[in-house]
Amino acid sequence: MTTLSDIRDAVDAAAAPRRPSTWRRLARNPSVMAGGVILLVMLAIALVAPLLGTIGPSRIDPISRNKTPGTEITMRADDGTRVLRTAWMGTDSLGRDVYSRVIYGTRVSLAVGVAATIVSVSIGLAVGLLAGYLRWLDAVAMRFMDGMMAIPGILLAIALVSLWGAGLLTVILAVAVPEIPRVVRLVRSLVLTIREEPYVEAAVALGTPMPLVLVRHVMPNTVAPLIVQATFICASAILVEALLSFLGIGIPPEIPTWGNIMAEGRALFRVFPHNILFPGIFLSLTVLAINVIGDGLRDTLDPRMSKRI
Amino acid sequence: MLAFIARRLLATIPVLAMVAVFVFLMLRLTPGDPAAIIAGDNANSQQVAEIRSKLGLDQPLLSQFAIWSARILRGDFGESFFFKKTVTDLIVQRLEPTLALAIATILLSVLVAVPLGVIAAYRHESWIDRGVMALSVFGFSVPVFVIGYLLIYVFAIELGWLPVQGYRPIAGGFGPFIERLILPACTLSVIYIALIARITRASMLEVMNEDYIRTARAKGLGEATILIRHGLRTAAIPIVTVIGIGIALLIGGVVVTESVYGIPGIGRLTVDAVLARDYPTIQAVVLLFSFVYVLVNLAIDLAYVFLDPRIRY
Repeated sequence: MTTLSDIRDAVDAAAAPRRPSTWRRLARNPSVMAGGVILLVMLAIALVAPLLGTIGPSRIDPISRNKTPGTEITMRADDGTRVLRTAWMGTDSLGRDVYSRVIYGTRVSLAVGVAATIVSVSIGLAVGLLAGYLRWLDAVAMRFMDGMMAIPGILLAIALVSLWGAGLLTVILAVAVPEIPRVVRLVRSLVLTIREEPYVEAAVALGTPMPLVLVRHVMPNTVAPLIVQATFICASAILVEALLSFLGIGIPPEIPTWGNIMAEGRALFRVFPHNILFPGIFLSLTVLAINVIGDGLRDTLDPRMSKRI
Repeated sequence: MLAFIARRLLATIPVLAMVAVFVFLMLRLTPGDPAAIIAGDNANSQQVAEIRSKLGLDQPLLSQFAIWSARILRGDFGESFFFKKTVTDLIVQRLEPTLALAIATILLSVLVAVPLGVIAAYRHESWIDRGVMALSVFGFSVPVFVIGYLLIYVFAIELGWLPVQGYRPIAGGFGPFIERLILPACTLSVIYIALIARITRASMLEVMNEDYIRTARAKGLGEATILIRHGLRTAAIPIVTVIGIGIALLIGGVVVTESVYGIPGIGRLTVDAVLARDYPTIQAVVLLFSFVYVLVNLAIDLAYVFLDPRIRY
């Protein structure tokens, strides 16, 4: 027996030549592959940081302060014996091992970036769905978002951090908040077209409660553009966190993040540039990888959007 | 046309008002006592109470907003607790370095990015095009302060061509002034160049497919004339728009660049104010930068009417 979905499949097949799957198309793009590999390496580094020949990232060693990269350092092991160790990224002005700090910093920097992305995307998605669907909310919410968007992002994050005080959680929130209006705008504009679709009308006609219509019928269609947007938000969140920490107003200095390591190296930069160089390379590579993946995803998942820039 | 300008001006007012509401609520909705936050960590309870009544924080929320916005409209942002001056004086003092840096950056970026974008579009899919696109992804990814320190290291420390840090007012002579502005402006330009070059390329690519470009070629016009007079002129609108939107990036970059180069501008003031928990100053800077951002974009919108004869409102 021919079912309705068979007919639909047949129509689809006739209408469009079979496109290779999203993954295939992504995998064919060399720069996306390169970005993916870099990002995977960074994730692996973050996961197995203790196994990569690191020592405690906050371990202070007054004898070996400000060593240039490659210096051999004798350090006292836990059992009291002396061990020779090569600090191949040097040490900072408190004698902490820059290599260990950069490796452990990968954890914090990635985690903050991902957490901030999750916060801004979930809040933005919720507000965007409601604003796009409920007309009475739309005008108010969007004017408020316009106001938020008129405040330059980094400045807003700085202002929020100054109010909430520096801490891991407050920095995550402060980095996430300026991104919210961009998510809201995207989701709202998608919802405005989706809600006119016949299947939404059908769901409403069947008496489906509004939250269920939004979650089950509207939300799934916002996912693809939202993933693209989330990638760019993640890249920008990692940058803004590093920037706040670098300025000394972000994550508390005792937690190793790339921005904090660089902040520590500012004073003696002229003599010991390695404190800024190595975390700078890690930070730039990570953000570059995420941006490249984002560009690739945009071209693959959402060809309409790729025309905009 | 006049009606359009009036309408556009009126439409700006709600946005500015929303910015003000947002900044106002930011402090009020923060958990804890706003007066205590403003007073800072070292204030005693009497000082906190004084601030509370001075700022009208003991009044209901709506009248608080009325008092607060009336002050802002008069240009009264209160007194800085850290610098012991009115915030308005503080900002006026710090205005010159920031303006100089911003203007130098915008000029440099436009002069570099627009030709890059045009060439990339003209030689579409060539190595120049790929190079420009790669450069723009780099520009978005490498943080401003890493670029800053890299430039300082190469050009100021290793090569010794330019001073490492600092700022000289323009009144002290143009030479020392511009000498200290080159590296900061280059640093801040990178992300802006990335943005403008990318949009120029995209916009030019679209225009170069138009029929009238083919007609111009058929007439035997030179390539330069075709590119600039027929191509770039039409492609200009998205480019100018993105220059305006990019001001937001620029403002964020100013804060960082001024800190890296030790320039005593408003960006540096922002960081100092946060470190000192000087809320009146932070609030004023956020309002000021946002208003500048909105007004620059308003000016650009209005400029379209004169730039593009096709636009009729």
